Amino acid sequence: MAFFHKTNALVRWLLTFSVLTGLLGGCGRTDDSTAAAFKGMDITGVNYGNDFRLTDFDGRERTLADFRGQAVLLYFGFVQCPDVCPTALARAVEVKHLLGAQGDRLQVIFVTVDPERDNSAVLKEYMAAFDPTFLALSGDAQRTRETADHFKVYYKKIPTGSSYTMDHSAMSYVFDPLGHLRLVMRHEQTAQDYAHDIAQLLKTP
Amino acid sequence: MKHLTLALCLLAANTLAQAQVTIQEAWVRGTVPSQKASGAFMQLSSTKNLRLVAASSPVAGVVEIHEMVMAQDVMKMRQIPGLDLVPGQVLALKPGGYHVMLMDLKTQLKGGDTVPLTLTFEDPQTQTRFTQQVTAPVTALGAGNGPQAGGGMKHAQ
Repeated sequence: MAFFHKTNALVRWLLTFSVLTGLLGGCGRTDDSTAAAFKGMDITGVNYGNDFRLTDFDGRERTLADFRGQAVLLYFGFVQCPDVCPTALARAVEVKHLLGAQGDRLQVIFVTVDPERDNSAVLKEYMAAFDPTFLALSGDAQRTRETADHFKVYYKKIPTGSSYTMDHSAMSYVFDPLGHLRLVMRHEQTAQDYAHDIAQLLKTP
Repeated sequence: MKHLTLALCLLAANTLAQAQVTIQEAWVRGTVPSQKASGAFMQLSSTKNLRLVAASSPVAGVVEIHEMVMAQDVMKMRQIPGLDLVPGQVLALKPGGYHVMLMDLKTQLKGGDTVPLTLTFEDPQTQTRFTQQVTAPVTALGAGNGPQAGGGMKHAQ
């Protein structure tokens, strides 16, 4: 938890720094292909988030290797979520649309942090409401926790009324077609930002 | 004549009561059949200081006023005791901010359905409460992040 927040502080600082250097670097230079290459945070080479082993809504076990050749947009959320999760999925629909013909090479994956309520039936219905090609994955309580930890994703059950809600990290991870974790995108970023970055990653074979 | 005057007075009083809060762009996010929670969004404005303190709906067992905040990329959603309306300002309940949280849904909310909502407001000066109804159209899940084009009621009493 403490580590998570420190990491986030670092990420924020790096993001600010990279934006500033990007701006400064832009002064008087017209041909700099490396400056501001991505709208998201480039995390290529980090030692976390390199795989998962979870079950999809059709009961099949899935790992990252299943999606070689595609860019993967990975998001952790829960179905009984009125705001941030459907907003993220609606954006993913738009991203796929913005990618045009390349959109078929984007696999959107939703990992539930609420396996207690999000069974395979509701996950399948929920994904289909956005795009039937979107995949939802789940694990038991322990596998969910292990997976979230491995991706530095925070989630916590919060009682409200007679029910509960989930606090959870709302960023998205992007993997390139070779299965390498490349970017973390923030919830505040636009579909255009996401599409811009994913289009670049899809240029690699 | 006497009756007409009385009727007009009643009508005027009724209109005044109804016009205390203007509710615009109300919409509810649709659900899939097994989903038990969703959110309602709208824009509220008033000519006097008021406070939205509660909401209810026949489609939901529990209705709460919620705030969504992003703190260091973590989404947190919390019930809040109320929301203040300030004259001249539009209080927006919208994705990324406030919403009316609908829980223990009794039915699936499909695109094109409408959801009746009763909002309870409090006048901080008189400590009195009154309610206002709004009928919010449902935007099908996955069909957008706002009131569906052409389907929204601009104003509801």
